[in-house]
Amino acid sequence: MRRGNDAPLWAGLSTASSPAALLRNATASVAPGALTRFSSLGGRLEALRQRSVLIRTQDQLVSGLALIELDGIARRLVLCPPGLPAIHLPAIMAAAEIEAIVSDRPDDDVEATGGATIIPGSTSLVPLAAERCGERETEWILLTSGTTGRPKLVVHTLASLTGAISRGSAPATGSVWSTFYDIRRYGGLQIFLRAVLGGTSLILSSPAETVGEFLARAAGSSVTHISGTPSHWRRALMSPSAHRIAPRYVRLSGEIADQGILDGLRAAYPGAGVAHAFASTEAGVAFEVGDGLAGFPADFIGRNGAAVEMKIEQGSLRIRSDRTAVGYLGGPPLRDKDGFVDTGDLVERRGERYYFVGRTDGVVNVGGLKVHPEEVEAVINRHPCVRMSRVKARKNPITGAVLVADIVVRAAEETDAAVSADAIKSEILEACSRQLPPFKVPTSLRLVTSLDVSDAGKLVRRDA
Amino acid sequence: MNANGEAAVRPLTTSLRAAIEAEFEQVAKEQDKTLPALSSDLILADCDLDSLCFAIIVARLEDRLGFDPFSIAEDVAFPVTFGDFVDFYEACPAAGANASG
Repeated sequence: MRRGNDAPLWAGLSTASSPAALLRNATASVAPGALTRFSSLGGRLEALRQRSVLIRTQDQLVSGLALIELDGIARRLVLCPPGLPAIHLPAIMAAAEIEAIVSDRPDDDVEATGGATIIPGSTSLVPLAAERCGERETEWILLTSGTTGRPKLVVHTLASLTGAISRGSAPATGSVWSTFYDIRRYGGLQIFLRAVLGGTSLILSSPAETVGEFLARAAGSSVTHISGTPSHWRRALMSPSAHRIAPRYVRLSGEIADQGILDGLRAAYPGAGVAHAFASTEAGVAFEVGDGLAGFPADFIGRNGAAVEMKIEQGSLRIRSDRTAVGYLGGPPLRDKDGFVDTGDLVERRGERYYFVGRTDGVVNVGGLKVHPEEVEAVINRHPCVRMSRVKARKNPITGAVLVADIVVRAAEETDAAVSADAIKSEILEACSRQLPPFKVPTSLRLVTSLDVSDAGKLVRRDA
Repeated sequence: MNANGEAAVRPLTTSLRAAIEAEFEQVAKEQDKTLPALSSDLILADCDLDSLCFAIIVARLEDRLGFDPFSIAEDVAFPVTFGDFVDFYEACPAAGANASG
């Protein structure tokens, strides 16, 4: 019998959900509480009992409903992120021994899916013939893009995914959650689970919507809590609709939250608590920082026996907690011999605070000196006219590489004074020269109209 | 803008030399280095400019001129004097193709 944090997801619905709580996208809304008596899978739960199930849908809401229904029933759930290239499917299905596929794609046929049973998923519910039961712990598998582009299968349990969420606590009155993330990625899944287990409504984005349309819809639902990556937020703040929402809580995760975006959000949403969380698919949710400052307090490190223990080895943050993934399916070990997961995120101590400076795999070498593009972007992003920036290496015959920056500036009407492009550039260069050693100062700045943000909401660092 | 405008009416050699001089002066200023008069026999190694300064100069000249002779040349002997540096740019096959554009 699974209890407390181990109880299946659907078992929490009857107690947590207020009847008014809805999961809503641009075209449909479903009360998760209804899933105690109804099914989004045509009631075909027995066909999926103890099976390994791939959830691959166009509509993230359909995936979310399937997760609620199948936790505790399926042996294993593999959650496909949006836009997963079909070319990776055979390897994923073989590694995860997939027996059935939940799909809302009419074109999925048996031939293309290796003979696995197709179970249509939908936002239209049908009554369940028998009372829902199922207590077996389900393996949850999330996909992350590896450096080669081939997805890695990261194994979690509901318990590891919900370790940072207090279950069964009364929902805050009038709370409505939303997220720029897709709920099939770790950052979005956290918000989905928070909403389902907390009994609050959740407003989901739709791929057909612009950021402005999504913000307008979120505003229409009086969203109070909203999350995204710093890149999501930079893009949102570029929208004239940004001011339409009035959240009480703004959350950032998935990328380094630099002081520029934290200050930008504080200015845009003076009534909101702005928190940046450190979390990754592999390392789970480690901590949240709510003081409005970049980085995190130095005393977070080395707290032995804490729910989340953190240490720094060779500059990178390592985490041990019951929220980390169990491991990679069919991949290298995730944890070191002491149970710590290497996040690959490099930190640097300045005074009583640690700051994220980049990734172990993203270092640029300028004449033998290492630079993390993120630390330079953090300086550029603090200029009041800058919305977002990307710093990258440019090949150089003298030093191997130099840094160049592509910068998106705010529209003139958003800033107080009309400043010329040349003036902005020279102010940014001056700020970089003042705050960074010479080799970290970009040799050239280019003003661009936009920068690519990936489906996962992160700045695209590699050129296509 | 001025430099480009002048370049259109000046002979190639003068325009290239002027462009290079301007970048040396600009980078020296930015990097807080003291730059002696840029005569042809000035020994580059004796300048206050470090490798990062040269890296920046080469990158900016590539932006301005559209080519980088260090990356194009197969066998690069790093220029010793300022005059060598200018010659190196002038001798680059890409210089002619790009001078008018």
